[in-house]
Amino acid sequence: MKTGVPWKAITIMAVLNLTGFAALNAHAEGVKSLRGVQVDEPVFVEPIARPQNTRVNREFRQQPPLVPHKTEAYQVDLKVNQCLTCHDWANAGEKKAPTLSMTHYADREGRQLDQVAGTRWFCTQCHVPQVEAEPLVENEFTPSSKR
Amino acid sequence: MSNQGAIPNKDQGPGLIKRIWRFLRHPAATISAGALLLIGVVVGVAFWGSFNWSMEMTNTEEFCIGCHEMEANVYAEYTETAHYNNASGVRATCPDCHVPKEWVHKVVRKVQATRELYHKALGSIDSPAKFEEKRLELATNVWTAMKKTDSRECRNCHEFDSMDFVLQEGRASAAHSDAFKEGKTCIDCHQGIAHSLPANALEAYKEKVSAVYD
Ligand code: HEC
Ligand code: HEC
Ligand code: HEC
Ligand code: HEC
Ligand code: HEC
Ligand code: HEC
Repeated sequence: MKTGVPWKAITIMAVLNLTGFAALNAHAEGVKSLRGVQVDEPVFVEPIARPQNTRVNREFRQQPPLVPHKTEAYQVDLKVNQCLTCHDWANAGEKKAPTLSMTHYADREGRQLDQVAGTRWFCTQCHVPQVEAEPLVENEFTPSSKR
Repeated sequence: MSNQGAIPNKDQGPGLIKRIWRFLRHPAATISAGALLLIGVVVGVAFWGSFNWSMEMTNTEEFCIGCHEMEANVYAEYTETAHYNNASGVRATCPDCHVPKEWVHKVVRKVQATRELYHKALGSIDSPAKFEEKRLELATNVWTAMKKTDSRECRNCHEFDSMDFVLQEGRASAAHSDAFKEGKTCIDCHQGIAHSLPANALEAYKEKVSAVYD
């Protein structure tokens, strides 16, 4: 049957539109804001915890020591490592900072270099500052250090 | 009496053109010295004003980042630092750190800055790659300037004398009381506070700045 009006296409489109609309509507009702409250209501954020500024005992012998100072303003990228301005062996005395231990200068074959090894470049992979804050998840770790 | 009708304008003095001419040649004859001075002052103020106005206009952040060379790199990085957003809400803008406050030094810096127009035209740093290549040189220029002026622009806002060392983090108070005694200047220890540092920045500072000017 050939008519001038493409009824089939129109029907399909109408059905699609209707279902699409219904789906959208359902979605709109079911949407949960990640923010938790309406947009015109203020959100109360947890206070930002201050970094701890005292040295911390290691909890197990091989532990990378925790950083006893702020780190966010120090640039550590492929170009520059500002931690080294204080901790590299050639600067640490003058800056009164602990000198990097030998392990930081050993490459993968164990050769001792004069520059920090590539494997130790990104300091904050291993060393992190601490803040006084409620732990987000329960921590069952038992330190091997005896107190 | 018989001549009155023949020369009617005799008492009215010289014609308009002649009067203007005379005024231009001997102004003080028609205007008091005081009025002259006043005109001088008004014209002077107008010139001075527009000069200073242009100095002020070019002393805003909007002006600086009008050039994409300034906006794409250094500005973008600066917006991530404590000099852009901080707890006290005091912002340091580009001219605060790069343009002196005192008039004479300011004019000198403005004249030096015409070099930037030249390099803008040349396109010296108009791509990220070109900027990265030249960055160490530009940074060294800025460090050298700051080292020579004992970090004058930093001291417009920060001063050792007004720092409460007790309130500072331990590392800061220790370093500052030493620095104060040894006559070190802010930029010696605080490079890269507003922008990212280029590769070899720390070595270059030691070689080209500390070694030369200490
Ligand atoms: C301005 C100089 C300076 C810079 C820059 C610096 N540190 Fe420190 N760091 C110190 C000083 C000083 C101490 C010792 C603090 C103390 O004894 O309370 C220290 C201590 C540490 C310790 C503790 C060592 C130990 O045995 O307990 C670690 C780890 C550390 N820093 C890592 C870093 C990392 C990672 C960076 C870069 C993100 C960095 N530091 C940047 C000065 C600096
Ligand atoms: C792969 C993990 C790792 C990386 C990356 C790393 N460290 Fe360490 N760091 C350690 C461990 C583990 C120790 C303790 C054992 C030792 O000294 O090797 C340590 C010790 C230290 C100490 C104390 C040294 C001492 O003798 O008291 C400092 C300071 C330090 N690291 C700073 C840094 C800095 C700065 C960087 C970046 C240049 C860095 N570390 C990168 C793992 C790492
Ligand atoms: C006309 C575009 C333009 C404007 C506007 C501009 N700059 Fe620049 N600036 C440049 C260019 C191009 C360079 C690179 C000069 C070179 O290659 O030597 C530069 C370099 C610099 C340097 C490095 C200085 C040195 O001695 O090497 C500083 C700092 C700087 N600009 C700050 C500013 C500040 C602050 C402002 C606003 C008051 C500003 N610029 C406005 C284009 C501009
Ligand atoms: C808190 C002070 C401070 C502020 C604010 C500041 N700068 Fe800088 N600027 C510096 C210092 C210090 C250097 C020297 C290089 C370094 O240590 O990062 C520098 C370097 C530069 C350079 C040379 C290239 C480089 O990265 O070393 C340019 C260009 C520049 N600044 C432009 C600007 C512009 C544009 C603004 C505003 C968006 C601005 N600066 C805001 C302190 C500042
Ligand atoms: C317009 C005033 C102004 C100027 C100029 C200025 N600063 Fe600051 N500086 C501030 C303010 C405001 C803060 C943030 C204080 C706060 O955290 O509340 C700050 C913070 C700092 C900090 C600590 C922030 C951090 O990154 O952890 C250092 C370091 C610093 N300034 C050094 C400098 C140096 C070096 C210069 C000169 C190149 C300079 N400042 C120029 C106003 C200024
Ligand atoms: C001998 C090195 C040295 C000199 C010189 C120096 N500082 Fe610092 N400053 C430090 C160290 C180290 C810190 C703490 C670690 C950090 O912020 O990197 C610090 C921290 C700061 C802070 C943040 C303080 C805090 O506790 O929040 C400001 C602001 C500051 N310096 C400004 C200046 C100014 C302005 C000058 C010049 C008048 C100056 N400094 C000179 C080493 C120095």
